[in-house]
Amino acid sequence: MADGPVAEVLLRQLAAADGGLDSAELAAKLGVEHQAVVGAVKSLQALGEIIEAELRSTKRWELTAEGEEIAQEGSHEARVFHSIPPKGLAQSELMRLPSGKVGFSKAMSNKWIRVDKSAADGPRVFRVADSVEDEVQRRLQLVQGGQAEKLGEKERSELRKRKLLTEVGSWRDRPFKPYNFLAHGVLPDSGHLHPLLKVRTQFRQIFLEMGFTEMPTDNYIESSFWNFDALFQPQQHPARDQHDTFFLRDPAEALQLPADYVQRVKRTHSQGGYGSQGYKYNWKLEEARKTVLRTHTTSASARALYRLAQKKPFTPAKYFSIDRVFRNETLDATHLAEFHQIEGVVADHGLTLGHLMGVLREFFTKLGITQLRFKPAYNPYTEPSMEVFSYHQGLKKWVEVGNSGLFRPEMLLPMGLPENVSVIAWGLSLERPTMIKYGINNIRELVGHKVNLQMVYDSPLCRLDADPGPPRTQGTA
Amino acid sequence: MPTVSVKRDLLFQALGRTYTNEEFDELCFEFGLELDEITSEKEIISKEQGNKKAQGASDVVLYKIDVPANRYDLLCLEGLVRGLQVFKERIKAPVYKRVTPNGEIQKLIITEETAKIRPYAVAAVLRNIKFTKDRYDSFIELQEKLHQNICRKRALVAIGTHDLDTLSGPFTYTAKRPSDIKFKPLNKTKEYTACELMNMYKTDNHLKHYLHIIENKPLYPVIYDSNGVILSMPPIINGNHSKITVNTRNVFIECTGTDFTKAKIVLDVIVTMFSEYCENPFTVEAAEVVFPNGKSYTFPELAYRKEIVRADLINKKVGIRETPENIAKLLTRMHLKSEVIGDGNQIEIEIPPTRADIIHACDIVEDAAIAYGYNNIQLALPKTYTIANQFPLNKLTELLRYDMAAAGFTEALTFALCSQEDIADKLGLDISATKAVHISNPKTAEFQVARTTLLPGLLKTIAANRKMPLPLKLFEISDIVVKDSSRDVGARNHRHLCAVYYNRNPGFEIIHGLLDRIMQLLSVPPREKKGGYVIKASEGPAFFPGRCAEIFARGQSIGKLGVLHPDVITKFELTMPCSSLEINIEPFL
Repeated sequence: MADGPVAEVLLRQLAAADGGLDSAELAAKLGVEHQAVVGAVKSLQALGEIIEAELRSTKRWELTAEGEEIAQEGSHEARVFHSIPPKGLAQSELMRLPSGKVGFSKAMSNKWIRVDKSAADGPRVFRVADSVEDEVQRRLQLVQGGQAEKLGEKERSELRKRKLLTEVGSWRDRPFKPYNFLAHGVLPDSGHLHPLLKVRTQFRQIFLEMGFTEMPTDNYIESSFWNFDALFQPQQHPARDQHDTFFLRDPAEALQLPADYVQRVKRTHSQGGYGSQGYKYNWKLEEARKTVLRTHTTSASARALYRLAQKKPFTPAKYFSIDRVFRNETLDATHLAEFHQIEGVVADHGLTLGHLMGVLREFFTKLGITQLRFKPAYNPYTEPSMEVFSYHQGLKKWVEVGNSGLFRPEMLLPMGLPENVSVIAWGLSLERPTMIKYGINNIRELVGHKVNLQMVYDSPLCRLDADPGPPRTQGTA
Repeated sequence: MPTVSVKRDLLFQALGRTYTNEEFDELCFEFGLELDEITSEKEIISKEQGNKKAQGASDVVLYKIDVPANRYDLLCLEGLVRGLQVFKERIKAPVYKRVTPNGEIQKLIITEETAKIRPYAVAAVLRNIKFTKDRYDSFIELQEKLHQNICRKRALVAIGTHDLDTLSGPFTYTAKRPSDIKFKPLNKTKEYTACELMNMYKTDNHLKHYLHIIENKPLYPVIYDSNGVILSMPPIINGNHSKITVNTRNVFIECTGTDFTKAKIVLDVIVTMFSEYCENPFTVEAAEVVFPNGKSYTFPELAYRKEIVRADLINKKVGIRETPENIAKLLTRMHLKSEVIGDGNQIEIEIPPTRADIIHACDIVEDAAIAYGYNNIQLALPKTYTIANQFPLNKLTELLRYDMAAAGFTEALTFALCSQEDIADKLGLDISATKAVHISNPKTAEFQVARTTLLPGLLKTIAANRKMPLPLKLFEISDIVVKDSSRDVGARNHRHLCAVYYNRNPGFEIIHGLLDRIMQLLSVPPREKKGGYVIKASEGPAFFPGRCAEIFARGQSIGKLGVLHPDVITKFELTMPCSSLEINIEPFL
């Protein structure tokens, strides 16, 4: 500690002193610069609760030239008073005196003098009192005598307003230690938004810019029917396994399902229809009733499309959602039991795979991803399906950035959508692009209670199309 | 997505040419496969068990290829090669034929005892097959892949393959009491009863996963030959007697299961893949299966189905403009032999028994698009004109989040799933008082319930960040879940706003001030009537007595605020006072 010796002396003196010490006095006593004592106080404070210090400012006052004169000669009003003889003085004459103008009005408001306007040769001024106390002079003399503290704040400011008194110790002419401009400033106290949700905001913004309407997704609990069956996902599908999906014990079963629609879904699964062979298995209502924590937001898309199908005539729609989904999976550095899914859906007459790719290009361009290519893939509820890959400059390879496709007719037609309506859809996780963007390797540092708050405090704005590469991490400048 | 591991050199030999890794990767990508990893047995062992164990292991280069989950015809080297060769037009798709033997047809008789446990069985014979070590390994591996995927870990279908020359038909598929089943299982020298086997396999890393399928059933499925030799006890284990080897020439294949359609598909896949090595390639000997009702069926089905799809439908769905002839060519490259018929715009497509995934015209459309090349399709923008709307609850949430941060609070993002303890015990509540939904299959206590309050998540966030400078001021606006019998699924979300202040002093006035600020933001005036808000002394097990108030706004109770009870603070592993606020924001929509 640079201020070691002074700090030590300071502590000793403090221990001996009763009721604290004045740093300026101590500096004088020790024969060191005041700054040396202040430095010692600051470094002791930085150690925690060792000493208490409060900032005291002392102010010195001095008289202006006019103040000096008044201290000597008396205030203008007193001088006016004294210059009036018992028989009075013509006002015009009084005004010619050096203190006349200022002194007259002050003396008037002090009720020391009066004006008789009925006098024959013009207004005449008379004393009211026999003698007066010149408070202003007395106060100025106090200041002159170094006893300014005996004056109240109000009295001082009154004198200052009359330009009789000025504050000295002005730092204008003092020498100061130079600033270290390489040092960091003090960050303002502020609140912060969570980085993942900042990214969520940007994705919402992108969808809104593209004219997509937000779907309601505020139902984490879903029936297997809407989560799987409605999407033409067969009941023996591995995703419906205990190892992949969270089922509920309470409430274990959905209370209502749309009966007619359920029948159409059942028939499509078990026997086919709408041009499909179906899966040819024994579809069970109790399986569809089972409640789950939704495994994807596509269940919400299915509900939205079903609602759309009930509106006649059909109106084209563009939908999006970003919300939590749940998987009973093995957890690791990049997988949690819950994550956010981003989903976009367009329903219109005659949409093609080319349209899907076109929309994806626009969407990813807004994310700052321009190099795209498409790989055939398999999803149970889309056909054709395509995985979206983008070229990652850092990894020097193509990485998957999303999944997409046209919803299967076996999903759309039982809902009641017209046959020539196609629905294109795509999805991606919110966490993955966020981890890449903020350079986070362990998902637990980003999501959940083990989050590193320093990371939250330090995280920059989310500008998906502008940021070059991973940003600084905590602590680095 | 299943991953198939094949020897690179063997693959290239079968493809009749070599590729660089990049070229092969590109080919896979185009066809909808993914070259996931290039490795070797040595590398795999070394990675999993260390370099020492890997010594002496093979360093033959292996390609690990990800195959779409519905393409069972690509789950082995034979299928992959056939698929790629047809795709590249180097060979024509083979035609699979079922033949009846000159001699007696193999018969499998199903008894009614199977009805309650595993009612379906199908069978076929691969006659005069010629295995090599690699072919044999691939044959075994394909069965394993099928078991893991379409067979749903043997629950829906289990495959047994046997050396027919060691057996004598007809075969009987029945179900018996476990104590009455006794045989020498695969690779054992001693006989065991079914009970003993089930016990023994409890510690078998491979088989233990299948025991549950029959474990608690009174009768176990079992297949006998006419001499009482046990072929297999599906879906657990085959008998050692009929074990196949590299030298086996005649293979009897049986598939038993609970899903008839899938059993037939599995049998079709195995025989189409490996009949290639029979004396008469792609020819499979039929077997007869007699069901308990006396009806008799011949397998494998090897059914070819015809579909007619209009060329303009394919063009319209993909967004291309190809002639019907070209589209027929594209489809033929995808193993779907096609020709233009009728008015010249119709395409007749033959769906072979290997393509059980083709169940609708849309599957055919996809194959046309793959053969055309996804990345050759012209990009276009839909003309769909729509006006965007935000979901009102999310719109309000977004607005509030910004102003909560502007009020100096930092946003947390905590899990919706947690333990019962988090939402009940730790807050001094009984779980039955929470209306929480309960998860039936949590792997750990962290996933027992969906949260009914945001508070535990915030307190855990503080506990994990105790090293951060004080005060900690956190908030979260997110959903909680409670049971609600008025909803179709019996539960609903509520959008909550929760904030906590953690410091050396409780700071109730700060949390209270935050409430005032929130109400100011929501234009709710501080008064009891006319849509205003007011707080009233209240109590709750989570709060310090006398330091808790209930918040009423727009005529209803929306939540509580107060200084947390020291017990709550301790249970969340915190050491300093803390005040909190939690409200439902839905009334402000």
